[in-house]
Order: sequence, then structure tokens, then C-alpha cells
Amino acid sequence: MAVINKMAKAGSVESNDILVMMSPGDGGIDLEIESIVYNQYGDDIKKTILDTLKEENITDVKVIINDKGALDFTIRARVKACIRRGSVQDV
Amino acid sequence: MYKTLLFMPGNNPGMLVSSDVLGTDAVLIDLEDAVAINEKDAARVLVVEYLKTFKNQTDVFVRINPLDTPFFYDDLDAIIDSEIEGIVLPKASVESMEALDKYLTEKNSDFKIIGLIETSLGLEMAMEILSKSKKVIGVLLGAEDLTLDLGAKRTKESEEIAYARSKIIAISKALQIEAIDTPFTDTDDYEGLKKDSLNAKDLGMTGKALISPRHVDIVNNVFAPSQAEIEYALRVVEGQKEAIQIGLGAFSLDGKMVDAPIIKRALNLLKMSGDYKEEYDELLK
Repeated sequence: MAVINKMAKAGSVESNDILVMMSPGDGGIDLEIESIVYNQYGDDIKKTILDTLKEENITDVKVIINDKGALDFTIRARVKACIRRGSVQDV
Repeated sequence: MYKTLLFMPGNNPGMLVSSDVLGTDAVLIDLEDAVAINEKDAARVLVVEYLKTFKNQTDVFVRINPLDTPFFYDDLDAIIDSEIEGIVLPKASVESMEALDKYLTEKNSDFKIIGLIETSLGLEMAMEILSKSKKVIGVLLGAEDLTLDLGAKRTKESEEIAYARSKIIAISKALQIEAIDTPFTDTDDYEGLKKDSLNAKDLGMTGKALISPRHVDIVNNVFAPSQAEIEYALRVVEGQKEAIQIGLGAFSLDGKMVDAPIIKRALNLLKMSGDYKEEYDELLK
């Protein structure tokens, strides 16, 4: 299981990209999303982020998102990159 | 054969998504120069996720980072299972070509390799470097880094790379691989681009790398054979078929003798135009 043990960010606020920021959690997943397409795709963005966190075995993290219209592959990539930057493997 | 090979920055999701609809023959996703050193990890993940999600109709190559960086094997490990055509090896050297060939062979990968020649040592050793792997299908001249290495001033006229172009072309013909010209870096100078592309084509380059999507159409048009050229090449091929049937070594077409070099040129042109047929393999035997 990976543990977020330091603050990290990945991505950007360029068009089609997403800025993902993570810090150690308080016993669960705390997700805050700001998106230019939140009204249309907010639920989908949330699901993609939560699915990716689950896939990467992250259960305790605070995540702040600033989305500029990123497609799913970009969301997944930025979340994964952020996890790698903010975590150490718990062996 | 690739007439146009367009570089796309590996850390730009918007550009990656558009890469398949720009009309280029191949996309070169860049993990090297177009990606800042502190973004190499994120770009690698982005490219892998992009390749997992989209099945490009355009052939995709990935330019990895050079062997003398900490990213060479990380890049390869990340993309080895992706559905791409191959790898662009920057700053190709004997050592890096051997390392790449060894890696791909050990992984049973059928990735192809385009060797990027962009140092003076690389240029002088290009024959040896490009012979180090049977996976090499092309050589790309990188004039920006090369002229930096040479201490030469880079100009639009490109006289400073005349020797490098000719050397790369001669080696590519000897090895029967594609000769890909360096990008034209002024994205707004279309006349200059056309002139530079025509010059490269006339010297023997088979295609050109690009750094701007706006250059695709112009360079495609320059390197694409004209209808008249295709029709002539097909007549040469048909003439040679008949000549073989009646036992002639050479024949006449439009009052000019057609022999092996002309037939070979016609076959190369048909390969470039997409009109080549397997049966033509027999024509030069």
C-alpha cells in the first residue's frame, strides 16, 4: 500500500490539463474539486480520481483539484504522477 | 516511408490528443528536449496513459531521453508494453544503440529504431552506429544540436549542414533505411520551409521531421511524388516486367534507355507514394 507522506503536485492549469495537489490525509479521502466543466462533468471527474486512488491503493489523502478541461487519461496520469511524488512504499 | 514526422511534447495533453488528426505520417512523442527535467516523471505517465487510451491511426514513435541521463531506462520501462512503432534514440552513439538494441531484444520487442544523429562524433560514426541494430529503420539528422557541437552558425540557408545532410543520406542509402531531415525551426516562414524541404528532398532525404503542425501539409506536398511521377514510375515497372518476359536486360521508354538505376528509382518512388506491390520485389533480381 502506498502512503502519501508529503505534499506533492502534478499537472498544470494549462487548457486540457489538470493540477492535482495532495497532502497526507486525516484518516480518509478528502477531495476538493474546482473545474471549468464542473457542472457538466463534475461527477465523472470525481469518479475518475477516486477510481485511480483506489487502483493505486491510496486510502488516506487530501486532494485538491484545479481542472481545466482534462480528459480522463490526463486525470489518471496526473493523479498517478502526484501519488508517486508524494508517497513512499509501505513495505 | 514517412514523409512527415511531427514532434509532439510528451507533457502536453492537448497536443497529444490532437496528434492523430494532423495529417502527418508519423508522430514523434517527445520525452526529451520538450520536457523540463523536473517533469520527466509526469510526462512519462501521461504518455503511457495516452497510449493506453487512444489507438492512433498515425504511426507513433517515442523519443526517449539519452543513455547518459538517469531517464533512459525509466522511459523504456514505461513504454515497452505500449502499442507504438518504435523509439527515436537521441544523441545516438555506438554505446547507446547497443544498449537500446540489447534492451529491446531482451524484452522480445519488435519496436523499430530511428537513430538521431546530432553530434559531430555521431555524424562521423553514423555508419557504425546505425549498423549496430537490425531494428534501425531510419536516421534523423538533428541539425540544431549538431551545429552547436560544430560551433557553426545555424542559418535558414543551411549551407553549414550540407556535409552532414549528404553524409546522412549516403549512409542511409547504403543501409537501405529512411533518411529524415532536420526540422525547419521558423514556424511562420512557410516559403523558407518549402525551399528547405525541396533542398533536402533533392539531395536524397526521404522525409522531414517537423516541430509545428502547421508545417505538415507543405512538407507532405514537397515529399509526395506528383501524379506524373507516379504514372511514369508505373510505366517503368510495366516495361521492366515485359523486358524480363522477353529476356531483355534494358529497354527503351519515351526514347530513353531504362536500366537498373532507373527501375530502382521508380520502385523507390512507388514505395513513397504507396503504390508499391510485393510482386515488384522480383523486378531487380
